[in-house]
Amino acid sequence: MAIPLIIDALPPHTRALISAIDRAGIDPDTARRLHELGFDEGVDVEVLHRAPFGGDPLAVRVGNMVVALRRAMAALIEVELA
Amino acid sequence: MNVVLASPVVALVGNPNAGKTSLFNALTGSRQKVGNYPGVTVERKAGRLPLADGRSAELIDLPGTYSLEPRSPDEAVTRDAVLGRLVGERPIDAIIAVVDATNLRNHLRFALELKALGKPMVVALNMIDLADRDGIEIDVAALEELLGLPVVPTVAVRRRGLEALAAAVSSRLATPATEALVPDGDIAPLQREARRIATAAVRSVGAPKRWSERIDGVALHPVAGPLLLAGLLFFIFQAVFAWAEAPMGWIEALIGAGQDLVNATLDDGPLRSMLVNGVLAGVGAVIIFLPQILILFFFILLLEQSGYMVRAAFIMDRLMAGVGLNGRAFIPLLSSFACAIPGIMAARTIDSPKDRLTTILIAPLMTCSARLPVYAVIIAAFIPATQVGGLFNLQGLVLTGLYLFGVIGALVAAAALRRTVTRGPSPSFLMEMPKYQWPAPRDVGIGLYQRATAFLVRAGTIILVSTIVLWGLASYPKPPANWEGTALDYSLAGRIGDAIEPIFAPIGFNREIAIALVPGMAAREVAVSALATVYALEGVDEENTDSLVETLRGRWELPTALAFLAWFVFAPQCISTLAVTKRETGGWRWPIFMFSYLFAAAWLAAGFTYWTARALL
Repeated sequence: MAIPLIIDALPPHTRALISAIDRAGIDPDTARRLHELGFDEGVDVEVLHRAPFGGDPLAVRVGNMVVALRRAMAALIEVELA
Repeated sequence: MNVVLASPVVALVGNPNAGKTSLFNALTGSRQKVGNYPGVTVERKAGRLPLADGRSAELIDLPGTYSLEPRSPDEAVTRDAVLGRLVGERPIDAIIAVVDATNLRNHLRFALELKALGKPMVVALNMIDLADRDGIEIDVAALEELLGLPVVPTVAVRRRGLEALAAAVSSRLATPATEALVPDGDIAPLQREARRIATAAVRSVGAPKRWSERIDGVALHPVAGPLLLAGLLFFIFQAVFAWAEAPMGWIEALIGAGQDLVNATLDDGPLRSMLVNGVLAGVGAVIIFLPQILILFFFILLLEQSGYMVRAAFIMDRLMAGVGLNGRAFIPLLSSFACAIPGIMAARTIDSPKDRLTTILIAPLMTCSARLPVYAVIIAAFIPATQVGGLFNLQGLVLTGLYLFGVIGALVAAAALRRTVTRGPSPSFLMEMPKYQWPAPRDVGIGLYQRATAFLVRAGTIILVSTIVLWGLASYPKPPANWEGTALDYSLAGRIGDAIEPIFAPIGFNREIAIALVPGMAAREVAVSALATVYALEGVDEENTDSLVETLRGRWELPTALAFLAWFVFAPQCISTLAVTKRETGGWRWPIFMFSYLFAAAWLAAGFTYWTARALL
């Protein structure tokens, strides 16, 4: 059974699938850019790196791309362990 | 049958990091026209693309964007250009959609969005060599069929596939445009279609070599990452001084020879004085810094093209968040180390208006290359070139310190601005981190060439003109025979200096400095040429062959020199920066604000430095 998590809580180098994105929590433009960068339900993701100084922002592999985003936004993306 | 009209316009469009600019450089060579789109400050790059039928097309490199829904002003230029809505621009006849072969799932979505416009279009499947290396096999024929478009595999950095691409563009130009579908803004169906096509045409064999991730293991390491960044910056600033030493000596010798030649061939008179003391002393004092500026740009280009610059933004984001900015602002700010103007223009990629305004306002605090001549002269004159700890050069350390001082000043200013005039919600930070790449020598070379040209054009125009004007102000009117002071005292420049000296006297600036600061407003490096001109004219003995460095050593005390350095950390920026700020912020309000706050900061910084140095030394 898959365990729901948010990306921010995902242990590093653990593959997971995006199960839900809380688009109501972000403005429409940012939600769209998130989509354009490949964040979509069903896409596999993995936390690769966390920045120094408090682990914020994160570098997340999404599909074939690596995207940097802040913890606040990473908290809006729910994943299931693959 | 076909009437040959004006050359067709072909646009390169694609995601950021698709290798678009490399492809543009490979297709057009170094003969590029770099300008601006009318009314906006987005850089417009155009070149000639030879077509298969012997004609040539105008190839335009449009700013990278993820879709036709712009989030920032430069993305809006791309949308308007492909939709033919840009005023003063010819409509585009064909599109080359550049996609990254290693990231088709994402890049094909934008290609499909472009295809819907109905224009003749070719897909450049770029970086196909990286796909091979990563074990990604792409069935080009299947991709062509699924997309319904010609697909040409290319490797821009190795010039592979260029002829095939030009041939495909030529044959597409002969086909008529189809009906355009109006983009409805919903990207989800296109995204699904792109994934379907990518899945059908791409086969992964073996595990990809994830060496980008391995490099990031060090570059983004919580401890090693910031140390590496600090070390890189430190190395760059050391190199700027050390490597430039020899070429600067050659240029200095060349200018000296030029002055000797003019002195030997012309009779004493206003023309000789203008050429020797005005043009050669003034422009020469600036040209001499070309090697340093090129070395700095060289490193900035390497950092940008290798993909490291984005990592630096990632590391800096937290620190930037502390003052209400985000890591994205770090990239315009780093460009501002070369020049505030491209930096302020690069702020167009920032989507939050308040964040963008704050970035623009603090951009001049990044030490631009125009300040390098000022720092370099003062450091050479007053800071001994001793070794510190057996490893570092004291001059390099002081230079690094000045850069840091500017950065700290910028962070403090940003924090203050975000709490007052640019208060607003904290922006988000969302940025693609491209794979590391070896910078292509040609791309670095073209970038350096364009910057060197821009610098020399500046030296040949603004700096030359202001140097001659200053020479005139400092030479005329000629004093009467019974005048007891120097000729400079009697001249217009001397009187202007007298008038503004009271403002600067408390912070240790003499009248020569006050005079030099006025033309320094045209371009900061002019302050150096102005000092050179002022002191060259002031020279009591006619055979004054001292270099500016030696002159300053004899004329200034150390506290004044240090105060002058501190002044230039905050120096009110040049007129071009103010003009760009006016254009970017849409009015005089912000440039006036910018000038006032920087003037106050510069005065206080110079003052505190002067007073402290006087108390201690």
